[in-house]
Amino acid sequence: MTTDRPPGGWIAEALREHEEHEKAEAEGAGRGHSHDAGRAARAGDVSHRRELPLADRERQVLDRIDRARRRRAKVREERITMSHGAGGKATHTLIEAVFLDAFRNPLLEPLEDAARLHISGSTVALTTDSYVVSPLFFPGGDIGDLAVNGTVNDLSMAGATPLYLSAGFILEEGFPVADLTRITASMRAAADAAGVQVVTGDTKVVERGKADGCYINTAGVGIIERDVNLGVANARPGDAIIVSGPIGDHGVTIMLARGELDIEAELESDTASMAGLVAGLLDAVPGVRALRDATRGGVATILNEIAKSAGVGVLVSEDDIPVRDVVRGASELLGIDPMYVACEGRLVAVVDGAQADAAVAALRAQPLGERAAVIGHVTEGPEGIVQLKTAFGGTRIVDLLVGDPLPRIC
Amino acid sequence: MRFVDEFRDADKAHALAAKIAALCEPGRQYKLMEVCGGHTHTIYKHGLEDYLPESVTLVHGPGCPVCVIPMGRVDDAIHLASQPDVIMTSFGDMMRVPGSDGSFFDAKARGTDIRMVYSPLDSLKIARNNPDKRVVFMAIGFETTAPSTAMTLLRAQAAGLTNFSVFANHVTIIPAIKAILDSPDLRLDGFIGPGHVSTVIGCRPYEFIARDHGKPVVVAGFEPLDILQSIYMLMLQLSQGRSEVENQYSRVVPWDGNMVALKVIGETMELRPYFEWRGLGFISHSALKVRDSYADFDAELLFDVPGVRVADPKACQCGEVLKGVLKPWECKVFGTACTPETPIGTCMVSPEGACAAYYNFGRMNRTRVREAQVTRS
Repeated sequence: MTTDRPPGGWIAEALREHEEHEKAEAEGAGRGHSHDAGRAARAGDVSHRRELPLADRERQVLDRIDRARRRRAKVREERITMSHGAGGKATHTLIEAVFLDAFRNPLLEPLEDAARLHISGSTVALTTDSYVVSPLFFPGGDIGDLAVNGTVNDLSMAGATPLYLSAGFILEEGFPVADLTRITASMRAAADAAGVQVVTGDTKVVERGKADGCYINTAGVGIIERDVNLGVANARPGDAIIVSGPIGDHGVTIMLARGELDIEAELESDTASMAGLVAGLLDAVPGVRALRDATRGGVATILNEIAKSAGVGVLVSEDDIPVRDVVRGASELLGIDPMYVACEGRLVAVVDGAQADAAVAALRAQPLGERAAVIGHVTEGPEGIVQLKTAFGGTRIVDLLVGDPLPRIC
Repeated sequence: MRFVDEFRDADKAHALAAKIAALCEPGRQYKLMEVCGGHTHTIYKHGLEDYLPESVTLVHGPGCPVCVIPMGRVDDAIHLASQPDVIMTSFGDMMRVPGSDGSFFDAKARGTDIRMVYSPLDSLKIARNNPDKRVVFMAIGFETTAPSTAMTLLRAQAAGLTNFSVFANHVTIIPAIKAILDSPDLRLDGFIGPGHVSTVIGCRPYEFIARDHGKPVVVAGFEPLDILQSIYMLMLQLSQGRSEVENQYSRVVPWDGNMVALKVIGETMELRPYFEWRGLGFISHSALKVRDSYADFDAELLFDVPGVRVADPKACQCGEVLKGVLKPWECKVFGTACTPETPIGTCMVSPEGACAAYYNFGRMNRTRVREAQVTRS
């Protein structure tokens, strides 16, 4: 049996939109420029393509792509897929097209890790984050310390001193109370270590099968007492880009802890509060322009956010990026790139180039920042693009991932 | 890190690049095709083209297994996955490949149970743990992954599993290379032969390329120095007027292939009379189906497969890209309608696909770097 069917769904829609843009662009080119340029805009048209040298044609196509990328974000899928939660392009599109569209206001728009609020003469940072990690317990931590450290770190990245947290629990019918006690104990320990208190909370229980054991949401407030206004949009050419330690430990630990891969490695999650690390850095270096914790989407995603928000280029060197051998090895085996793997206790700092050494020294002065390193710098252009000088000696683009890093088959 | 760093040594790369440049005859253009998607991925991931002289162009071939799966076959798979009590298992690469109405990810969001596995053998575990479900493994790939599907079939039969089957979509590399060699609009000077496929089939099957078509073939490994060295070996053959099959990847590829792997493939699977390839159309004897003696594990017999055929969208030029006639960016919809977020053509899906590799890693790379150099000098 054979059935013929035309492509439908978002494919048909994407093609229809493409044709409309093509038409509009061809008409624009036809009016404004020479006949040739109008033709070349339709780059698939073989008969006319010989008219321009290869390099010019490639440039035209790349410019066209840049225009397409700047168009308004739009969620094409009819339903949420796992890609929408992976921290890459699909997540960004969802945030811009659905959430930002619905809630738009000047406090939300910078899309920083925490919002910066002015309340009765004080500057306050507010953030929230939900934790759904599986497995709940893993080498180096569990969902409890993750839920505290993640929110504390989001506040720290705004230059705030974290103060108070809320904790909301969604528990599945049948979840062992002993596990819950273990989780709350590690939340308490993490809160003590970070100098914060859990001051309000909420509990919900859902039927068996409606959740995966235990989900936690935490929100946090902190106070910004320093005269800083950190944000990736502040990055300028010449700034140094610093990471506070080896990347990818948490993500690879989780992948291995799921037990699907039959790979064993001496590796622990890097989950930790960075409140002290950030305080030390900001005390020592006035020229810090932005801080981000490299969680979901990894360092690569942060670098792209820097390039796009500030309208600059970013150039990093693979040789300078600290990655543990065990993380590199596991990534090689799995066909994934540590640059996209989540960390839970590592920050990326954008610092005035002249103060880069001082910043690295301040980070290295603390155990959590022992392996801090300058990994690259901000460049004039190409705008919005992150480039990587590979250890092999070539150059390539480091783009946002679409969804989860998918293992390759061969 | 051992076994990795020694194959990525920049000093050795510079030395090889100089030797390649020295072999270029002035005024002559060299077009070399890397057949395998794994090579394409390495080339972009490490920025290898930055080492090549302007007269040497790499053309990305059809050896990306998910890139050659036609839309209709994805629809068929989603149809299978939507049957009552079915769990479909698949490699990660397949999850985003578009059918006529969305991908496995979209189907999953609509409620079908599709799970990602790292090895087909994991499907057997899932079948054992879910005795009231029917587990279907979406088998894709060239001769590289066919042996693992074959082993899975053997073990399923030995274990007497009654709730496991394979939806076979394995393809074979030689007919695809033949289709490319017969394509009238193509001019290639040589081939970088696929490494992993050759681990299984060996180097002999490529001899017709050297003998009948006069094109050199060098089977290559997947580290950047492997590829650079194989380019050097091809250039050396071209400069000496030779066309032979050579094995750069001898640390892994035996000249005669892996007899055990070939035997298990032959035991469990057989050639189909023809199979549809994305962009290349129907190619005879180019794919494998489950052998009759394993009919109990053949999803195409156990289920009613609709056999959907979807004409490639007119704007999509995957075929030309797969044949190396067009560079990825020369496709009409490249980067505009067709992006890694919403891939219309399969070449845009897998990081091994020529379009996705170029889009993710290579945009503005070579040309703009060169332009900058020209402006400076």
